[in-house]
Amino acid sequence: MTGIAFPAPDPRILARKAEIVAALRRLVADPSAVIDDPVELAPYETDGFTAYRCLPLAVVLPASTEEVSRILAYLTREGVRVVPRGAGTSLSGGAIPLADAVVVGVARMNRVLAIDTANRTARVQTGITNLAISEAVAEYGFFYAPDPSSQLACTLAGNIAMNSGGAHCLKYGVTTNNLLGVTLVLPDGSVVELGGEALDQAGYDLVGLVCGSEGQLGIVTEAVVRILPKPEGARPVLLAFASSEAAGACVADIIGAGIVPVAIEFMDNPAIRICEAFAKAGYPTEAAAMLIVEVEGSDAEIDAELARIVAIARKHGVIAIKESRSATETAQIWKGRKSAFGATGRIADYICMDGTIPTSRLPEVLRRIDEIVRGYGLRVANVFHAGDGNLHPLVLYDVNDPDQAARAEAAGADILKLCVEVGGCLTGEHGVGLEKRDLMRHQFTEAELAQQAAVRRVFDPLELLNPGKVFPLDLTVKAAA
Amino acid sequence: MRFEPESEAQAAEVVSACAEKRLSLRLEGGGTRSAIGRPIATAGVLSSRKLSGVTLYEPAEMVVSVRAGTPLAALEDLLAGHGQMLPFEPPDYRVLLDSSGEPTVGGIVAGNLSGPRRVAAGACRDSLIGLRLINGTGEILRAGGRVMKNVTGLDLVKLLCGSWGTLALITEATFKVLPRPEDALTLCLRGLSDAEAVAAMCAAMGTPFAPSAAAHLPAGVGSPEPRTLLRLEGFRDAIRYRAERLAQLLAEHGRAEPIEGAESAALWRAVRDVTFLAEPRDRVIWRLSLPPRRGAEAVARIREARPCTVFYDWSGGLVWLATSEEGDGGAAIVRAAVEARAGHAWLMRAAPELRARVPPFPPRAARVRQLEEGLKKAFDPFGLFNPGLREAGL
Repeated sequence: MTGIAFPAPDPRILARKAEIVAALRRLVADPSAVIDDPVELAPYETDGFTAYRCLPLAVVLPASTEEVSRILAYLTREGVRVVPRGAGTSLSGGAIPLADAVVVGVARMNRVLAIDTANRTARVQTGITNLAISEAVAEYGFFYAPDPSSQLACTLAGNIAMNSGGAHCLKYGVTTNNLLGVTLVLPDGSVVELGGEALDQAGYDLVGLVCGSEGQLGIVTEAVVRILPKPEGARPVLLAFASSEAAGACVADIIGAGIVPVAIEFMDNPAIRICEAFAKAGYPTEAAAMLIVEVEGSDAEIDAELARIVAIARKHGVIAIKESRSATETAQIWKGRKSAFGATGRIADYICMDGTIPTSRLPEVLRRIDEIVRGYGLRVANVFHAGDGNLHPLVLYDVNDPDQAARAEAAGADILKLCVEVGGCLTGEHGVGLEKRDLMRHQFTEAELAQQAAVRRVFDPLELLNPGKVFPLDLTVKAAA
Repeated sequence: MRFEPESEAQAAEVVSACAEKRLSLRLEGGGTRSAIGRPIATAGVLSSRKLSGVTLYEPAEMVVSVRAGTPLAALEDLLAGHGQMLPFEPPDYRVLLDSSGEPTVGGIVAGNLSGPRRVAAGACRDSLIGLRLINGTGEILRAGGRVMKNVTGLDLVKLLCGSWGTLALITEATFKVLPRPEDALTLCLRGLSDAEAVAAMCAAMGTPFAPSAAAHLPAGVGSPEPRTLLRLEGFRDAIRYRAERLAQLLAEHGRAEPIEGAESAALWRAVRDVTFLAEPRDRVIWRLSLPPRRGAEAVARIREARPCTVFYDWSGGLVWLATSEEGDGGAAIVRAAVEARAGHAWLMRAAPELRARVPPFPPRAARVRQLEEGLKKAFDPFGLFNPGLREAGL
């Protein structure tokens, strides 16, 4: 695809590649931490948004906050652009490089620094994977709550950059609600500690501002996260329906009845079939729509809550109910859902959208998404977090057919505009990145974008960090000059 | 000059006109917390009091939007009528500060003020999902929205929440809300020292039995005997079960007795509103925010140097401390003890003379302060809003 423009590379920087690489090697203890060979650079040319790619000038994988600080100070002094990177799993192109940019990756900084169960906090380096945090605290009976589907691979650094969510955020919130402090390296190389182990911050909520700033305010090298005691137990129930409308209405009634499950996941028929073929989770492949509703607590609490949920589902004509009876069945049910993207990738190429809508508009929006995608002659599979209205329509297409690719991109844009039109937003958890940059004017006014850009420039006056993302290109300082 | 605009558009006109003439403004909601921060003199007062009313309420989506001047009590009544509530249990400091008027939604948001449930359910900033605001050039802007999951652009909602009216005038706020628990029950342990109490609270918060609040009232605070309180909320059967399990786990700290109904509710209201420390009036009040397990340790250090009365909320992470106004009101001692333990301290109540002399808001590192100055300029380039309220120059 070529619909989204990259900022033009600076030929003067491109010409200085050898000098910049040599300087970077002097700034890190391990010279192998700097990669400049085109073959070795290839794995860094894209992220989870694979339709776009670009080889960077170089990649550097620092081992400490001090190295990150020296690297950023040098690159800023020389006017070199920087693309921060975690594991490169971004679905919105947040980590896609530029030809004249140095990728600064935090993957080597993946240690747990301190676990404090009395305080319910853990201090970690941000190259750690999301799941590794939960694994590190599991022996104490704790876990880290945000659980994006890519949690096996994605780093905390990326989660902080995108303010990632997950299936269980209906109860536990997203990254920003579980992040207490960060060590932030600013573009000029200065290192600031924001927040920490206390519940409140002194001064403005800069932790909240940095979370979700898509790598444009600085590079977060360490973080203090909230860890939570594991519930006594958790159990999902599958509820199948003959229509998406019935499933959507059931979700609204569950919430309206004062029940807040830890997760309510929605899959439509194409998604059910795709995931079942892959995970053999026992999903009802004839159903038009399916919900996975998970509740937590003691056995008795779970029984009581599931009984209330099933009673509500019956009022909406549920056609099949399957309660998990064992840990194996629970894992199986979630495996199907969490492998949705991977399983879809086996049958077709797809772009995964990520808009959020008010949940009361669910049935209407699902119908209109179907119309939009069919209008472009394509197919869609829907799998999303229904409790909070965060949709993930997967628009299926053939990447080798440029016409299909262009139609898929157009259908995706129409879906996101629809989300904004009904009172929602362009992105619920994947971030704007490269993908939705040019749609920002559908959600924000010029004054609102200008205000955000002014805030960005407080941290990064030269806009060297992750350029070409989030803000339409004509809003950058260079365009303004 | 006092401005009480009746619409957002009118408010924007007031700000634009003041920006043109460089007239500074004190931003105000109900005025019940105007004695917090440094005393400031401004050319005018801009009140959001008349920007009132609910603009959106979808109980089935757990979302509510209200204009900033809406009395907090009106919002809470509306939610209660639908079996819902604001998760963060907003406090009412009128007794503590000896002020009158109606606390407003805008004021709570501007201060990011949260009560006892904050330790389990997050702060005001965690429930706040959208804002409408007017910046210092009179532009009407939106931040966030009305959906719970939204990562589109910079999260200015978090930045504005707790900025004490120094960046923008908040005109409307959108919250995610929660169902009201069917029932509540408080477990009370008696006779614990501060250190034992903090250990017990931290242990309880680390169990799956999910207390929604944890506070410790030392001897002399509301009762001659020390009381450590753990609140459980939820469906009736579930909290009976959790209370039983929690009591077993805490057996080494003593026998946990249940407190229920109105008595439990009144206790937590007093913790939330800090009414225990309201008298005597000549005491200054400090608010200490610390890693919870270090709360008692910090207090022990302060006590060595200065007599004080304290109680603990948030499992030890929030300490309310009353001491004499003598000298610097304890600033040097309190801040040294707290900052050595990764915390910070606010001077929440003191005579204007002391608040002019001792920075009431906690200090930050020089580079962080520089960022804050930059943010202030980015929103309020002429320095119109609450100039110097947090600190000289901010």
